Amino acid sequence: MLAEVTEASETDIDNAVKAARKAFDGPWGRLSGAERGKYLFRIARILAERAREFAVLETLDNGKPIKESRDVDIPLAAAHFFYHAGWADKLEHAGLSGGAGQLPRPIGVVGQVIPWNFPLLMLSWKIAPALAAGNTVVLKPSKTTPLTALLFAEVCQQADLPAGVVNIITGTGRTGAHLIRHPDIDKIAFTGSTEVGKDIARSIAGTRKRATLELGGKAANIVFDDAAIDQAVEGIVNGIFFNQGHVCCAGSRLLVQENVAEDVIMRLKRRLQTLRVGDPLDKNTDVGAINSAAQLARIRELADAGEAEGATRWSAPCVLPERGFWFAPTVFTGVSQSHRIAQEEIFGPVLSVLTFRTPQEAVAKANNTPYGLSAGIWTEKGSRILWMADQLRAGVVWANTFNRFDPTSPFGGYKESGYGREGGRHGLEGYVTTGANR
Amino acid sequence: MSPTAARRKATRPNAAPEQRIEVRKTYKLYIGGAFPRSESGRTYEIRAAGPSGRFLANAAMGSRKDARDAVVAARGALGKWATATAYNRGQVLYRVAELMEGRRAQFAAEVAAAEGLTPDRADNVVSQAIDRWVWYAGWSDKLAQVLGAVNPVAGPYFNISAPEPTGVVAALAPQRSSLLGLVSVLAPIVVSGNTAVVLTSEQRPLPAITLSEVLATSDVPAGVINLITGRTAEIAPWLASHQDVNAIDLAGAADVDGLAWADLERAAAENLKRVLRPAGNDADAVEPDWSPTPDLSRMKAYLETKTVWHPKGH
Repeated sequence: MLAEVTEASETDIDNAVKAARKAFDGPWGRLSGAERGKYLFRIARILAERAREFAVLETLDNGKPIKESRDVDIPLAAAHFFYHAGWADKLEHAGLSGGAGQLPRPIGVVGQVIPWNFPLLMLSWKIAPALAAGNTVVLKPSKTTPLTALLFAEVCQQADLPAGVVNIITGTGRTGAHLIRHPDIDKIAFTGSTEVGKDIARSIAGTRKRATLELGGKAANIVFDDAAIDQAVEGIVNGIFFNQGHVCCAGSRLLVQENVAEDVIMRLKRRLQTLRVGDPLDKNTDVGAINSAAQLARIRELADAGEAEGATRWSAPCVLPERGFWFAPTVFTGVSQSHRIAQEEIFGPVLSVLTFRTPQEAVAKANNTPYGLSAGIWTEKGSRILWMADQLRAGVVWANTFNRFDPTSPFGGYKESGYGREGGRHGLEGYVTTGANR
Repeated sequence: MSPTAARRKATRPNAAPEQRIEVRKTYKLYIGGAFPRSESGRTYEIRAAGPSGRFLANAAMGSRKDARDAVVAARGALGKWATATAYNRGQVLYRVAELMEGRRAQFAAEVAAAEGLTPDRADNVVSQAIDRWVWYAGWSDKLAQVLGAVNPVAGPYFNISAPEPTGVVAALAPQRSSLLGLVSVLAPIVVSGNTAVVLTSEQRPLPAITLSEVLATSDVPAGVINLITGRTAEIAPWLASHQDVNAIDLAGAADVDGLAWADLERAAAENLKRVLRPAGNDADAVEPDWSPTPDLSRMKAYLETKTVWHPKGH
């Protein structure tokens, strides 16, 4: 056991919202953008200063390999604060003004609920733009990964951020539901499952609360026969085994052109045998632990369904630690579009391989999902990349790369992968209004 | 020529002994470029606004099936319309304004009758509606530049974000403003490449039907715009819950008895439709004044941002 945390009561939630409202109506609301920005710069710097501590804590709590928390999660989180800090006094130049020249203003108190796959990074995606635009927040981290969010509260204290601007409440999904339904929340920002996202959309129907939702995905990673195959194999591995596949934009459906399928799968399996699965705190570990028993059960259930429906299962021959939650990198071949493993988000280190013959067929298969978060394309032909990128119904398209993120780059989905964007100028839009405040 | 004007002309002194009986128009739906009656066979009376309340026409009372047919038509037309060049879409939509101008007398007479306006005022509303259409048409090839971005990511990657149409958009047209309001909700849907299924004003649908006749003779491809007349409260829930509709504009939920826009938004959540709420505070819905020049918000409501990454190297 790592720690025991409080399950916030309705009174706690109410107090947090009241504190956020008080700060919004008070010191934070009166602050100029330039001064607001300085607080965000401070937070960015403190996160960088304490990066090692955060990386270790994140890995302990989440189970992700330390090299990922060290090289991706924590630096990107700090970068998000640094990027948004600079927006705080430039919002009138962000192209978000109203038709009659009304300047963008903060919305008010934002309720934010984030998942367990990138705990601190998701916190930064939520809090940095909200604060830059002048809002105050109440954030609930996931029930299984609250520790870096609680440590972040300490960062806010070190930065002397005014009380009430950032409030962190811990608890279960029920806590999140209470927060989202709180009448004094003006906007909801949620990252998580499509199911909960729909519930949020229903819960705010008929109100003036706004929402941005970043939900599930079932991304196609499409490999053409002219791709640089070894690079593509690296991209496939990164696409689905990064963070144990606990990634909403993971390239969980490999679409490979039929004439190279055998070669690609052979090289992929060879590469997977070199992945080190095990102790997340070992800096040589490539694939860490599954985040929770519940998630492991979900992955097992879907993998079993894949076998039962007739797909061929192959797992990398690796020795898994005896204690804890582990799942060997797994590839399913002979998958058809109707299989559950081709339709449902597994959120684990499980890749489903389908084949195609023509670019049109690849597009049709890639788009044949209610999701639309991300997609990958591997080909050396530039015109094909651009044509494919136009055809794919997904918010982020990676061509000859995968799973790249940056604070300046808008991220978010089409269709049932949600709405709104996070990052870049586009991400600010979810945190400003030009109309009446409530 | 309006029915009234026609009648005045026909009853001038020394007219021929046999009075000419005008040929009246059958007002129908507009689905997939055709003008069907409602499959339900139902119609309802349309009467003029104001004290006269005179009979104007029997409009088709659209049904759930008509709405679903319209969605099928809109989905079928989406691919080509969404991928037409922005220049082409701009020209096609500008052509609609040209044809509206040619029909302004008819529009003015219908708007006057529908909204109870003086001829001058109605004429002014028609001018605004045509100008509004031109304003939106011009946005087709500017949206990507205004809303897109090249993102300076911290690595050797080319990174670009651009808007794309969200898909099939359903719209409840405003109940009061029968032409300017209609144009103000319809044009921002189609200018960026979405296709539209519009539920017209329930009591004031005739200008919308005349607009459909303009559309049919313009270059707007069949199915890009579909117009259904009928009971808003009856058909709107089917559109709100339709799984193949990507977004819905609830502007016309204001001033409809027996219809709560909260219910429509709740139904729309089932497939996470993008919802454009009606104007107003809290649970109220009010129809705004459509006169002021709009901002980008209605167009943005039906746009997705796509971000593409590619490595740079040599």
